Amino acid sequence: MKFKALLAATVVSTLASTLGAQAADLTIGFSQIGSESGWRAAETSVSKAEAKKRDITFKIADAQQKQENQIKAIRSFIAQGVDAIFLAPVVATGWDQVLKEAKESKIPVVLLDRDIDASGKDLYLTAVTSDSVHEGAVAGEWLAKTVGDKPCAVVELQGTVGASVATNRKKGFDTAIASHSNIKLVRSQTGDFTRAKGKEVMESFIKAEGGGKNICAVYAHNDDMMVGAIQAMKEAGLKPGTDVLTVSIDAVPDIFKAIAAGEANATVELTPNMAGPAFDAVVAYKDKGTVPPKWIQTESKLYTSADDPQKIYESKKGLGY
Amino acid sequence: MALRLPRSGVPQVLAFLAILAVNWMVSAQFFDIRFQDGRLFGSLIDVFNRGAPVALLAIGMVLVIATRGIDLSVGAVMAICGAIAATLADTQPLPVVIAAALGAGLLCGLWNGLLVAVLGIQPIIATLILMVAGRGIAQLITEGRIVTFTSPDLAWFGGGSVLGVPAPVAITFTVLVLTILLVRRTALGLMIEATGGNARASALAGVGTRVMTMAVYVWCGFCSALAGIVAAADILGADANNSGLWLELDAILAVVIGGTSLFGGRFSVVLAVLGALIIQAMNTGILLSGYPPEFNLVVKAVVVLVVLLMQSPRFSGLAILLSGARK
Amino acid sequence: MSEGVSSNTPLLEVRGLTKSFAGIRALDGVDLTLRAGEIHALLGENGAGKSTLIKTITGVLRRDAGTVSLDGSPIAPHSAEEAATAGIATVYQEVSLLPNLSVAQNLFLGRQPTRFGFVREGETRRRARLLLRDFGLDIDVTAPLDSYSVAVRHLTAIARAVDMSARVLILDEPTASLDANEVEILFTVMRKLAARGIGIVFVTHFLDQVYAVTDRITVLRNGRLVDERLTAELPRMDLVRMMLGRELVEATATHREAVSPTAMSEPYAVFENFGKSGYVAPFDLTVRGGEVVGLAGLLGSGRTETTRLVFGVEKADQGTVTIAGKPASISSPSEAVGHGLGYCPEERKTEGIVADLTVRENIVLALQARRGVMRPLSRREQDEIANKFIRLLDIRPPDPERPIGLLSGGNQQKALLARWLATEPRLLILDEPTRGIDVGAHAEIIRLIRQLCADGMALLVVSSELEEIVAYADRVIVLRDRAHVACLEGDAVNEPTILAAIAADTPQAA
Repeated sequence: MKFKALLAATVVSTLASTLGAQAADLTIGFSQIGSESGWRAAETSVSKAEAKKRDITFKIADAQQKQENQIKAIRSFIAQGVDAIFLAPVVATGWDQVLKEAKESKIPVVLLDRDIDASGKDLYLTAVTSDSVHEGAVAGEWLAKTVGDKPCAVVELQGTVGASVATNRKKGFDTAIASHSNIKLVRSQTGDFTRAKGKEVMESFIKAEGGGKNICAVYAHNDDMMVGAIQAMKEAGLKPGTDVLTVSIDAVPDIFKAIAAGEANATVELTPNMAGPAFDAVVAYKDKGTVPPKWIQTESKLYTSADDPQKIYESKKGLGY
Repeated sequence: MALRLPRSGVPQVLAFLAILAVNWMVSAQFFDIRFQDGRLFGSLIDVFNRGAPVALLAIGMVLVIATRGIDLSVGAVMAICGAIAATLADTQPLPVVIAAALGAGLLCGLWNGLLVAVLGIQPIIATLILMVAGRGIAQLITEGRIVTFTSPDLAWFGGGSVLGVPAPVAITFTVLVLTILLVRRTALGLMIEATGGNARASALAGVGTRVMTMAVYVWCGFCSALAGIVAAADILGADANNSGLWLELDAILAVVIGGTSLFGGRFSVVLAVLGALIIQAMNTGILLSGYPPEFNLVVKAVVVLVVLLMQSPRFSGLAILLSGARK
Repeated sequence: MSEGVSSNTPLLEVRGLTKSFAGIRALDGVDLTLRAGEIHALLGENGAGKSTLIKTITGVLRRDAGTVSLDGSPIAPHSAEEAATAGIATVYQEVSLLPNLSVAQNLFLGRQPTRFGFVREGETRRRARLLLRDFGLDIDVTAPLDSYSVAVRHLTAIARAVDMSARVLILDEPTASLDANEVEILFTVMRKLAARGIGIVFVTHFLDQVYAVTDRITVLRNGRLVDERLTAELPRMDLVRMMLGRELVEATATHREAVSPTAMSEPYAVFENFGKSGYVAPFDLTVRGGEVVGLAGLLGSGRTETTRLVFGVEKADQGTVTIAGKPASISSPSEAVGHGLGYCPEERKTEGIVADLTVRENIVLALQARRGVMRPLSRREQDEIANKFIRLLDIRPPDPERPIGLLSGGNQQKALLARWLATEPRLLILDEPTRGIDVGAHAEIIRLIRQLCADGMALLVVSSELEEIVAYADRVIVLRDRAHVACLEGDAVNEPTILAAIAADTPQAA
């Protein structure tokens, strides 16, 4: 739980709201899911920074992973007469009623990071999300480009079985390498998105693949598992980053440290800046009446050692990952 | 005949060997062992090394269960202690780090023990409190991030070795021996079994049943703390969200596989550890097999069912009957 | 005695029933014939096979050989429920009803009157009241069962069985925890049921009761049928001989030589103005080494409560304790153990034995607790202690490694005595030491009590059996309504005097 950050958020938002009255600018409420991961904490702090940049009064409500809290927060935002509402929905269904209320009050709603069920499509202005299939594809394409024509046996650390992110990141990667017959996915197991499991699974992959000599590359559905896998490879006497190529997704600070140390090769960013494009869309909609597309896809940027990883590490370190 | 003791450990040893044999079939290199950076390296070593945290938890848990209790908070206590160790690792000397983490574990155990022994709250409820709150406490300590450290001293607890034996294995073995000495070379074992078998009768015989109950929860907290340190040292960081998550269930399962009844009384520390190794051997086997991960839980459930059936007196009676009929 | 004996058609006929456990014959070709309207005593020492016989008849255990016929047609129930449906109901010593449900719900559990699928609570209560009135019980049927005495619970269980059209009623030691009045009520009900043509198998340890209520006796010994006789034609001594297979020394009949108080040692434990409000009224109690103090009174009079205060199970809220001349505090059993006290509680199963542990472990438990965790008895010492007491008290089977739960009640009791004797206590408290124990073990325990006090140990003994108390007590403290009301010494220790003291303000005393 990003306790300090939340505390700060409350202070900042109260401060901002008093100032906001003079600025006569936009006031936007954000119903955040809660503190489920480091990425979530980073999203919150980046959103605040983006709001400040645009002089927007930004109110954050922490739902502690409960939909009823989010619905309550939205109703309270409606009652306060905010200019727009951002919602990071904890689940995909059950929003119709409260979103209708927002629509009736003519308050546009923007979904952040996650989508809701199709039935509610006309109830929100736009959804800013990343495309996790695309993320997997970016990772796959990087690998294909890097290995060229050489044969390459890849092992995969999947996310939690059944999680849509895991399914999509696998799908995107599989599609990207499908046209390259030299790249073969030899092993795939779940590492539950955690470091400990990532390490354990990688250890077994190494043993099952002749001490790791047969492994050409590791693809992990998130950076945390990769950090664990890197440790496993080092302990087995392998050199990750040189002997074994690595590519993973999320772009958390620790993977940049590994890239800087030459122990990891690439990561695809799941940007914590979902609010930035959302703010822009709301401002354009309010000022010029520009209706944004139903889906704003965030960029899935690829980072490698060429991108000054040490500097990125420093800049990301304070975001709450 | 329900009072007859299970024949000491035969089903568990057989199950363990059988799983190792299956692992060898799915992965021919299973028994290959070599030295890597002065440390034993191989799949078999992984079974012991990866099984260490659950084995540590099981050592504590088996004593709690022997008193007819249960400790659901072990996973959360792992997270707390791992978080404390990782947070202090780079700024404090190792003895301080370890003392703080172990101290926190003992304190958690004391808390559980107080709730159960003094306030008389049912163990499952009493420890549920810390199970829920503990993870929150750990998250407060780490501020929701994965706190990483670079201190090689603390890292030793995960990646170090003693005469080639991985540190987690050595630590677990030491705690196992220590615990056995503690319960079997003193009268603790008898007192714990008496307390679990019939607390009222034991109290009337002059046994300090409250003290016994407190003691086992405190020891369980200590073991959980060690498991937390090992887990944190293993990934060079404390992951408050995931460290020890659901491991209380694995620990309870290990104890049950080890033949100790949830109704208290007779217990075996060694078999509880063997139970943990059985679970881990299974996990390692599944990882080596290359089956799609969707099968993991099903395979695990089936194997656990078979091991438990092997222990059941009714089932072994049936087996004897069947083999007799065939002859 | 009922008049139903004339009927000659056997209601229940058991022939050649055989049952083995792990190769050991627990029942060996046992016959039992129960006629309609007959009360039939099933007797035998612990381990004779009574329980096994009952369980095999009612299908709780599978029989190896033999037949069971009800009204001439063979039956083979697979469970107690099936047996009950066939008409054979069993009421065990520990009643197997649901203590937190009401009496009425217990009576009609699983067969409550319903209308449109809904339970008719009012109708249930009405029928329950009617049914129990038939049994001479006029109680609030809506109160939970466990708010009533054991006697009421037994009668409820019997009423339920009879109402479910039981024709054979098996009562397994129903009187073990009843007082004299309650036993009389039970007997009245039994006679009434027999007159209706129900056949009753009655298992008990009390020979008086056998002669008071039964028509016929079947005696088992070591899993075999010894004989079946008409009660009226079997002299008491012959019965005892049949049960024991040997002559029983009439150990319990005579009062032991009274020791004059002056000749006795210094008082070991002195309790002054000792008591707890709402539990036992303050009392004075002095116990000397070599002396047996008996506690007499009706069930619930405060006998057990007194022993619990003395041993620190319940904390006294007033009074002082002096042990061996020094002021002491006893606020927990372990403190009491430290002062050289020992306590064999009445509830052997729930408060005495640790069923899973072996005889050896049960015997050394109190001694080990007193020595403390850090001074363990070595295995060799444990074996020595266990074997010594197994020999001394003749605990059977003489296997120290057997879980104590598998022993018979008498042997469990002996092992519990051994547990305390191993601590060499100065004052041993025995609460109903002979309850639920067969005749042979009974005599042995009484002999043991006498010997212990001859060796200088002080004993505080609770017993409902007056003749027993008279046989060994130097002094008898009589309790009534949770207060000590009399202390009888010397020649005053005799049954009529004690009875008079117990009954002092109850008119129509025996």
